[in-house]
Amino acid sequence: MSTDAAMPMVEAEGLTKAFLLPAKSLFGKPQTVSAVVDVSFRIPRGRTFGLVGESGSGKSTVAKMLLKLITPTAGELTVEGKRIFSQTPAEELAYRRKVQAVFQDPYGSLSPRMRADRIVTEPLRAHGVPAREAEARAPELLRRVGLPPEAARKYPHEFSGGQRQRLAIARALSVDPQLLVLDEPVSALDVSVRAQVLTLLREMQQRLNLTYLFVGHDLAVVHYLSDTVGVMYFGRLVELGAARLVLRQPAHPYTRRLVALASGDTPLGAVRLQGELPNPLSPPSGCLFRTRCPYADATCAAELPQMRQVGPEHSVACHHYEALAVGDKAETGPMLQDA
Amino acid sequence: MSGPAPLLAIRGLNVAFGPAERPVPAVADAELTLSPGEILGIAGESGSGKSTLCGAIMRTLPRSARVSGEVSFMGRDLLALEEREMAKLRGRTLSMVLQNPMTSLDPLYTIGNQVKEVLRERRRDGVALRPGGAVEVLRRVHLTAPEMRLGQYPHQLSGGMRQRVLIGMATAAAPRLLIADEPTTALDASIQDEILILFRELREAAGSAVIIVTHDLSAIRRLSDRAIIMYAGRIVEEGPTAEVFAAPSHPYTRALLDSLPRIEAEEVHLRAIPGQVPDLAQLPPGCAFAARCPVAQPVCRMHQPEESAVGERHRVFCWQAGAAA
Repeated sequence: MSTDAAMPMVEAEGLTKAFLLPAKSLFGKPQTVSAVVDVSFRIPRGRTFGLVGESGSGKSTVAKMLLKLITPTAGELTVEGKRIFSQTPAEELAYRRKVQAVFQDPYGSLSPRMRADRIVTEPLRAHGVPAREAEARAPELLRRVGLPPEAARKYPHEFSGGQRQRLAIARALSVDPQLLVLDEPVSALDVSVRAQVLTLLREMQQRLNLTYLFVGHDLAVVHYLSDTVGVMYFGRLVELGAARLVLRQPAHPYTRRLVALASGDTPLGAVRLQGELPNPLSPPSGCLFRTRCPYADATCAAELPQMRQVGPEHSVACHHYEALAVGDKAETGPMLQDA
Repeated sequence: MSGPAPLLAIRGLNVAFGPAERPVPAVADAELTLSPGEILGIAGESGSGKSTLCGAIMRTLPRSARVSGEVSFMGRDLLALEEREMAKLRGRTLSMVLQNPMTSLDPLYTIGNQVKEVLRERRRDGVALRPGGAVEVLRRVHLTAPEMRLGQYPHQLSGGMRQRVLIGMATAAAPRLLIADEPTTALDASIQDEILILFRELREAAGSAVIIVTHDLSAIRRLSDRAIIMYAGRIVEEGPTAEVFAAPSHPYTRALLDSLPRIEAEEVHLRAIPGQVPDLAQLPPGCAFAARCPVAQPVCRMHQPEESAVGERHRVFCWQAGAAA
């Protein structure tokens, strides 16, 4: 076995993040909201892990922890075998160079006062490369993402949305990172340029052997880029596995609905997922999805289903996986949360 | 062609911004008709003119916009109406839902306050004064626990719930035409479908016609009876939705459908459309898509394409429409 297979680029083990809400009164007990609970996954080097879920599911919180923008309450996050939350300052500096991010909003994430050549070389300067040397690399960085040389002298407002996202990618790649955190990188783009950016991301990954954490809500887009997919619901992973399994033979009732909704062939109203995410301050007992799940029963209200392996490269957290797999479970309607 | 008198008929509509010497044409030569109770989807990317078209119908464009042509709604030319007359139509017979459910509600007032204000303004039958009037509006859009929502503030509601409130308000007076501009863009997929279903229910319950404007082709495909595809300010294809999606006639429509990642595909490959959406201030004399079009000929770069019929009520603006795809 090669060392690459033995040591994944990223490994999350029981990752948990609870946010503390301010107490209602001076002597009141502060409430906590669990944004991410017990999330475990691994990303092999050079591969893409796609994290999908609705807004509020905690997928961006996972991304932020990997970027060390927030600290987990419990659990471990290791990159190349090293725990990222117990680094020395020197290790942290090296880590911040190794890991870069591309965010959703190409308008808000580029400084309107900087020209493109400065934008793409800013991370180099931040990591101590002399300004002149950094500047000299701009043409090559721009060319790499398919922007013309004259783009160097332009300001962000002179670019279209797709070109701005190319700039953001060029900037992320400037410091030769190994891991990119992509948080909804194409959601704000026009349909006709979305495919360009997706193909660029795939090409860069192949050429530079990059590892991606791809956060998205569009299953078709995640399908295009990901090798492994994790489905989050209300802070927990409910299904995890090879993209072709999770997105083409989904096992969890939640994933099944999401996949059906994402299919262009499903007539409007044929598949419905009613209700919204539960209130994080009073989560339901047992399975968190039971308030929206068509197959919920008493077991679901009593017990939280654990992640279990149901096949090679495929795990799911559902009490009724076996019955559902053979189509032997009647729709009983969601178990609404009793007051 | 006979049929019911159109509810809305737009003829030769042009909207331009910027200085008169160098106008930026946001909408050019738009023609369309809408029957009562029909659901029309308008698809286009940013800069395609789809939102400007809606603004022209509602007459909510900024003063700097130069609008010409005819927008005939229930037999009256909206462009020629006094602003006072137009204000009477807005929100009652002609209503609109905007994209951003975060900013369309006033954060300082409760939901109940805002719903009741709309009812007072728009309905004359005393429903507003009946205690259950506002609850009824929220119940119609399937908002859970409507009585409780009346006392809540916008920030206490999720995006999907806020969009429901706005749709409830926009349809409180059973408008003849509802225009929805990107109504589901900011919402999760599961919520999107529920919102789209509301529009269909509105048509069934009140016979309202709906124009839904979005860049989400799947929403149009599944909701609308007819589809219009816009590019750089012009309608490039119009036809029955099923036909436009099954047999797209304009190279742009075809390219757009090809560039969408599909979850059903076994081997995922994407055909990206090369180039960028053109700058409206510097449009070429010919077809605006020619620079990105795989089948463009010299004529395409020189002359604006003319309309050709490719089926029953299916038309396309392309010089190569007759040529093999």
